[in-house]
Amino acid sequence: MKKLLIITIAAILFTACKKDKTPAYNTSIKGELSIEFDNIAGSSDLQLNTASYTNAAGENFKVTKLKYYVSNFVLTNTNGTTYTVPQDSCYFLIDESDESTHDPILRVPEGEYKTLTFTVGVDSLRNTKEISERVGVLDPAGTAADMYWGWNSGYIFLKLEGTSPAITGMGGAFMYHVGGFGGYSSATPNNLKVITLDLTARGTAKVKQTKSANIHLMVDVLKIINGSVNISFATTDMIHSIAPGVPLANNYASMFTHDHTEN
Amino acid sequence: MGRKHWLIFFIIFVAGIAACNKNDIAPSISFQKPTNFPEPVYRFASNTITKERFELGKKLFYDPILSANSTISCGSCHIQTSAFTHHGHIVSHGIFDRMGTRNSPPIMNLAWSTSFMWDGGIVDLDLQAIAPITNHVEMDETMENVLNKLRYSSQYPALFRKAYGSEEITTSNFLKALSQFMLLCVSNNSRYDSITRGDAGKSFTAEEQEGYNIFKQKCNACHTEPLFTDYSFHNNGLSISSVNDEGHYLITQNEADKYTFKVPSLRNLAYTAPYMHDGRLLTLDGVLNHYTDQVQQTPNLDPAFQQNTKPGLALTADEKIKLVTFLNTLNDKSFLLDKRFAE
Repeated sequence: MKKLLIITIAAILFTACKKDKTPAYNTSIKGELSIEFDNIAGSSDLQLNTASYTNAAGENFKVTKLKYYVSNFVLTNTNGTTYTVPQDSCYFLIDESDESTHDPILRVPEGEYKTLTFTVGVDSLRNTKEISERVGVLDPAGTAADMYWGWNSGYIFLKLEGTSPAITGMGGAFMYHVGGFGGYSSATPNNLKVITLDLTARGTAKVKQTKSANIHLMVDVLKIINGSVNISFATTDMIHSIAPGVPLANNYASMFTHDHTEN
Repeated sequence: MGRKHWLIFFIIFVAGIAACNKNDIAPSISFQKPTNFPEPVYRFASNTITKERFELGKKLFYDPILSANSTISCGSCHIQTSAFTHHGHIVSHGIFDRMGTRNSPPIMNLAWSTSFMWDGGIVDLDLQAIAPITNHVEMDETMENVLNKLRYSSQYPALFRKAYGSEEITTSNFLKALSQFMLLCVSNNSRYDSITRGDAGKSFTAEEQEGYNIFKQKCNACHTEPLFTDYSFHNNGLSISSVNDEGHYLITQNEADKYTFKVPSLRNLAYTAPYMHDGRLLTLDGVLNHYTDQVQQTPNLDPAFQQNTKPGLALTADEKIKLVTFLNTLNDKSFLLDKRFAE
């Protein structure tokens, strides 16, 4: 009798444990998954206009503007299946000066996700869509007005602007504008970067309709200018076309790291 | 019915016919592909032409509200009597008389154009207007401001409602209305067109025909009939000016594109001087003299100009005269006078 009781209790506990480990997900219903883009500068939180930072070349600088597009989110479930966020809701413009843009919310099927994939920039297909399909953050007369090259049809993927005492002219200002989706009829350099982050080490995202999850990413702006090519403000203060942006795009492809996940 | 009644009846009848005729010959507001032109490349399916949208586009085209201080309209540098170029201006002056670096190109037959601007930087006509509106030396305005000015104007909300069924002024509706005006600016009534269409009693003179033959040998490879451009990019050997305009390279940043510019159409040359991307050549004779005597060996000079010991084209003085005679058959005066496009 006592033995039976122990077995019964053990069985209940075991079931309970199991239930806790793999909550029942209903993949036919969706829940909210927010992706937090937490912009930092090395070991400090990024402060626009006020804080001073130092690049690898030893030059001091301040950041006055940081904006970038993130798009085409794909999530890989722990069971190996992937979910691609639909085109009508997968473009976001992260603007450091506007906190409401820092946590894009995706609606994804319930499930546990182990990998996050997204594009920095606006893919070539959307970059060549007709004007009526360029709405919201992609409206060149709206949110995208500051992120669009009218003279060379295409979105600017990332803007980093600021000042540095290392720059003698232009009031010490630097402006780095990176774009280039590969060209429409004539090939150009392609600065689109696809970022894939493994979430397993720092926490998979468990999404339920009743319980949203948040994937917290750190985005280190120092890595835009420090990387395989170190950018010096004294040498380069203006980047306004595709080819000069190539080293920056190569650098910033590694500025995103997964910090933690809130489930 | 008395005699007087018959007369009145007759007058009404004639007036009725005249009215009908007038309606019949009034140019319609629709896009009609000229029979001797290829299929257009513009996606008409996503921008259905209507009279109201065309009229809205025309009003916008001629409205300086598009510029920062309401002084410059599209029509300021694209004047109908000059086949929508800025006749007599080497480069155009925009807002505050700021000077550009390029010659204002004609707005004509754009439905066939695969890219826009001398450097080909714009790939879709619906995106074209953004460039001059936001360019510092042209209209120096923001798209956002333009739309807001239209939204708060006394006329435009009603015009957008007429055109689109809603007073909401969107980027798309604004740009597409402008496209409608530009798309209908089709020039296809030159002497060349009526001859190649086979209009009764029309044929080239002997000199024009000789010029046409020379054209087909020496020019048609790039200035391809019937639009007289194949929209490709070439370096035609202009000396590199102090502006150092690198042309298509500015867009692609491919070394092979350095100093190449889009082939311009040869239609309406009589009205569109000066010539070349920077308007440096003032006359057609000057252009032909460039091709025979002044072609410079600059990076990416087109192979077509490297066939002889001296760079350029081999043309005798007599051939040049005949060529110009032929080129003059490409002028379409009716395009300049078409009331549909008039301010």
